Amino acid sequence: MVTKPLTKNIDMSRPPLDIAAYEANEGYRSLHAIAKGLNPEDVLQLVKDSGLKGRGGAGFPTGLKWSFVPMGENSPTQKYLVVNADEMEPGTFKDRLLMEGDPHLLIEGMIIAAYTIQASKAYIFLRGEYTVSEQVLRKAIKQAKEKGYLGKNILGTGFDLDIIMHTSAGRYICGEETALLNALEGKRANPRAKPPFPQVSGLWGKPTIVNNVETICNLPGILSYGVDWYHGLTNGNDHGTKLFGVSGKVKTPGCWELPLGLPIRELLENYAGGMQDGLELRGFLPGGGSTDFMLPEHLDITLDYDEIAKVGSRLATGTMIILDDKTCPVGMVGNLMKFFAHESCGFCTPCRDGLPWVDEIFREFEGGRGTEKDLQVLHDHVTYLGPGRTFCALAPGATAPLGSGLKHFKEDFDRHVKDQRCSYKH
Amino acid sequence: MAKIVIDGVTYEVNPNNNLLQECLSQGLDLPYFCWHPCMGSVGACRQCAVKQYRDEDDKDGMLVMACMTPASDGTIISIEDEGAKSFRSEVIESLMISHPHDCPVCEEGGECHLQDMTQMSGHNYRRYDKKKVTHRNQYLGPFISHEMNRCIACYRCVRYYDNYAGGTDLSVQASHHHVYFGRHEEGTLESEFSGNLVEVCPTGVFTDKVFSEHYSRKWDLQTAPSVCVGCSVGCNTAPGERYGSLRRIVNRYNSEVNGYFLCDRGRFGFDFVNSEERLLEPIQRKQGKAELLTAAQIEVSIQQFSSAETIGIGSPRASNESNFALRCLVGDDNFYAGCSDAEYESLGVILALAADAAFHSPSVREIEQADAVLILGEDVTNIAPRIALALRQSVRNKAKELADENRIPQWQDAAVRELAQHERSPLSILSPAVSRLDDVASERIIDSLPNLIAFGHQIANKISDSAATAVSASSEHDDTLALIAQQLLRAKRPLIIAGNSNGGELIKAAANIAKALQEKNDDAGIDLCLLVPEVNSLGMGMLVDPANKLGAALARLQDGDAKRLIVLENDLYRRATATEVDAALEKAEQILVLDQLPTRTTAKADIVLPATAFSEHEATYINYEGRAQLSFQVNKCQKMAKPSWRWLNAAEHIDDLVQRCCNEAKGFTKLSEVLPADNQFVAGMKVPRQSHRYSGRTAMIANINVHEPKQMVDDESIMSFSMEGVPSQKDSTILASSWAPKWNSNQSISKFQDEVNGELKQGHTGILMFEKSTSVGAYFEPPVNSLTAAEKQLHLAFGFQIFGSDELSARCKPIQARMTDAYVGISPEDAQSRNLVQGDTVTISGTDSNVTVCIRTGIKTGTALLYCGEGSLNPAEFSEFIEIEKCEKQSASLGMRNLILSDLQDEDKSS
Repeated sequence: MVTKPLTKNIDMSRPPLDIAAYEANEGYRSLHAIAKGLNPEDVLQLVKDSGLKGRGGAGFPTGLKWSFVPMGENSPTQKYLVVNADEMEPGTFKDRLLMEGDPHLLIEGMIIAAYTIQASKAYIFLRGEYTVSEQVLRKAIKQAKEKGYLGKNILGTGFDLDIIMHTSAGRYICGEETALLNALEGKRANPRAKPPFPQVSGLWGKPTIVNNVETICNLPGILSYGVDWYHGLTNGNDHGTKLFGVSGKVKTPGCWELPLGLPIRELLENYAGGMQDGLELRGFLPGGGSTDFMLPEHLDITLDYDEIAKVGSRLATGTMIILDDKTCPVGMVGNLMKFFAHESCGFCTPCRDGLPWVDEIFREFEGGRGTEKDLQVLHDHVTYLGPGRTFCALAPGATAPLGSGLKHFKEDFDRHVKDQRCSYKH
Repeated sequence: MAKIVIDGVTYEVNPNNNLLQECLSQGLDLPYFCWHPCMGSVGACRQCAVKQYRDEDDKDGMLVMACMTPASDGTIISIEDEGAKSFRSEVIESLMISHPHDCPVCEEGGECHLQDMTQMSGHNYRRYDKKKVTHRNQYLGPFISHEMNRCIACYRCVRYYDNYAGGTDLSVQASHHHVYFGRHEEGTLESEFSGNLVEVCPTGVFTDKVFSEHYSRKWDLQTAPSVCVGCSVGCNTAPGERYGSLRRIVNRYNSEVNGYFLCDRGRFGFDFVNSEERLLEPIQRKQGKAELLTAAQIEVSIQQFSSAETIGIGSPRASNESNFALRCLVGDDNFYAGCSDAEYESLGVILALAADAAFHSPSVREIEQADAVLILGEDVTNIAPRIALALRQSVRNKAKELADENRIPQWQDAAVRELAQHERSPLSILSPAVSRLDDVASERIIDSLPNLIAFGHQIANKISDSAATAVSASSEHDDTLALIAQQLLRAKRPLIIAGNSNGGELIKAAANIAKALQEKNDDAGIDLCLLVPEVNSLGMGMLVDPANKLGAALARLQDGDAKRLIVLENDLYRRATATEVDAALEKAEQILVLDQLPTRTTAKADIVLPATAFSEHEATYINYEGRAQLSFQVNKCQKMAKPSWRWLNAAEHIDDLVQRCCNEAKGFTKLSEVLPADNQFVAGMKVPRQSHRYSGRTAMIANINVHEPKQMVDDESIMSFSMEGVPSQKDSTILASSWAPKWNSNQSISKFQDEVNGELKQGHTGILMFEKSTSVGAYFEPPVNSLTAAEKQLHLAFGFQIFGSDELSARCKPIQARMTDAYVGISPEDAQSRNLVQGDTVTISGTDSNVTVCIRTGIKTGTALLYCGEGSLNPAEFSEFIEIEKCEKQSASLGMRNLILSDLQDEDKSS
């Protein structure tokens, strides 16, 4: 039985499987199932039943998201599928593994998703720096086209699909699905107001589904092996497997496909090889740069969306960043703030003008000039930039490491002010 | 209506609006920046945050942006909640981080929305002690100054300039706190509506450069409600005066006419009032020497002129009162039209159609509501610019329709635009050359005038067989014409636009189309907007007998049938051929001319009486739709100029004159309704033209006399030339400069509106003068076109420029900086066959007129578009066809540098 549906074909020591080898390993089976008479409603039901949640960070149920797309005669005939491959979350490198390692899995998943919402055009919005992914995907798309899996009347279903590769000109905000749509339309990558949601008015004003690469890569397995198999993969409450990554000063940083529900300790010790010699774990961001710090005491919590939410953080992308005891937490948070301040699109006030102030203050801390007043301003900004106050989730994401950092590493912040220097620097 | 609770008080509101708009409509103070009453919500600034509660038991509530939340029934919010207040103060603190706090030297100071909102949001102590972000400023042309350091990034400028006004050369650049609002490189802002940036910008990033050159604080300006005299739309303005000179013009809200926006001709074309050339003394010329006239001498002279042998020529740029006073002086039979015969003929057609029950003449607001538009031959952007801005909104009705279908509120500005993308309501343009509205046009036909007329009749015929069709040279546009007919038929509110800039036949064709639609819809009048060139073209036309053409007047003078001539605010050399005018003036025994500036006509006058400019007298004008509007006097002319009607009628009070015009002149019965009623004023006190903060009263003339002079008395008007009096509370139409406690900027207008975007409280929007007959007139017959072009001849069409085609504004320095030479636009083929390249000087055969060649790709071969420049060519000199030939002497003063056209052929391509 397949236990690693996402990475079963991936071996980074060799080039990815071409279409023949991919098919030989049960690839594109789902399309033949569709050709045998699965209609879009059936596929939607399967995806809903599978319990698949979006793997891009928010964890929103995929089937539910799809069900908001207006279908039927009175709905707009043109619909779009957009794959969010703009992987720019700090510390995250899971989608890259999938795209470079097994491009046909993504393409197969895209065909399934596009078929379900009857989108005849699908875009891959790819991070510009992912040049290898681009080459690998372009080649795979060509092969799929030649094989008749893309183009007109796919496998006699009457369904047409073209996949268009778009390499991003940059900016973190393009990962926000509505900013991504603006960028794809050639406009400034500013997020859009929600509602209306993209499912109703998305790319070029038409119903659009935006899904993360990993989410899409879950689909072939669900269709090929069934919902029961999918439900059997997990150890916890959420279904399926997930790519987990670890970066920071561990022995073997990397990215692995594991069932959901595994204790964090197991990921850190068995897969990442534990902390490097002489270093202790101080804390970690469980799902990329915009999640709250967790502490060593949380290591026995399982990798589940809800379990991690219970301790005030988020599983998000599932790629953790490790903070060790020889690295300055103030410096680490400051580094993230520099990133978020720089990546603000400049549309709404708190984010545009608040984050740079926060960033400036961290520069003062670094230079040994931090004051009590500065610390107070940082605390104020945690609520000021919080959820519901800004136009999109960028600034609230930034407050996650900021707010939790101020709380968990208070003594470090205080010491910076008291000593007027960073004690981690020699 | 919906019921919502704001801080414990229940209000009845419109659920189709957002909470911010409804809070403002209720008169509540809630600070905001990015929202604009005309541009909807985008949620950028986060300044209008309020607490919203799920129900009465919800004590915590959550922060929402009022501008992004619908005012649906049962909504419970709090503006005063501590959490909301503290968030708003944090937002303003953020916004002010890099603001330079240069209020004392900033033109916006004292009418700055940012100042007001900062105060209102409770930010008074600066915590930010890091480095500010600074920017470089750009040169943006003669109208607008740029000071980016003051920017708070509300995004209003680009939303207005690009999305609302269709500009393409202002954008937001860079990101995070480095966002920059400017052009891709320095240069003149191209949009004809760029001046509105001054009012749209909540602070001093975009300021009025013309005003800055002789700056005064808002509170130091003497201001009165006025009407723009730049074209026939009659936008409402608030000119400001100090020390006897007119300093600036800003928009004055009128819900039916200009709303919140003016065009750049209207805003920046007032400087002629301050011109050193102004005629300021009454003079008589005797043997070439000018003598100053005394009041007694003038009275005697006027008496001499009031005989049957005097001809009076009226003026489309003078008020109803002045035209009427002249008519009274010389008698109805001797009062003649002050426009070209061709224009007067078509004006007659327009006035006749105004009474026809088949048509409705739409206001600017109504034009915005059209869901299918056909422009027949008129270059709206250059003739009635404010209407072009309205047409840009009309094409968005499709977007609003789509939004309704998708249940997206119309005020969700960005969302509606993203939904609709390029889907627009149909706007078809049939014109002799591409126009500045083509970017939003759905169908476009470029052809010669005779063909355009034929196409118009064909459209009418396609709508209804009752309208006779016309034969055109080609059938290549048949499908397009059928499509246009279909679009107009399908529309809920179709609109046809034509005008008399190129003769009356296009008007007749337009009328046939509207009539055919009316026949099919069997509805109330179809919107037919007929444009005329000048501020009071219609008023003058209504006062003059249809037979009294200018040509007839000149003939009478030449024949010796009349001996004396009074010319009212008019340069006859712009209205008839120089030969005709010369011959007539030569014969006249005595010529009296009233005007503001010297012209070729004043040069020939025996007596010149200086007339006051629009800001120096009270006047009524009738705009293109027949709307009479009252323009108050802003300040007294400190020299000897008087209103023309006052020279002609020394004794009568202005109100009595208006009343008499009302009683005696046909079609003017409702004119007196524009006058404010006496009983609207508190204890008989006047409405002050000066603000309660007006400064320097005791000192401003101390260099002449240290004693404070007696305040000037105005017994002509209900306004006073001082700070004394009671600002009009009940009748907001006498609201010149809008101000309310805590609201010093023009945004205070919401305090005077019934509701946001509604009428001014208890005011009126002008009085519609035309009485409709109950009957529908007959269709016009298409013209029989017997003329065909000889070899090398070109079909002539007149072209116009917003900066240059209006006589008075063209004499203002800022406008001159945007003007071009007279030019003749021809196609690349016609240029090639005549061996002409871009910018060549050509002679128009049979005349001694030289013009620059402007080779345009968007013009049909065989057509010449002639722009006459500021008085350099006389349109009356040309007939239906012209020939051009290369002129050996090449000359150009202004060149084509300022011409903003999308179809100008590149110079390297043409050579």
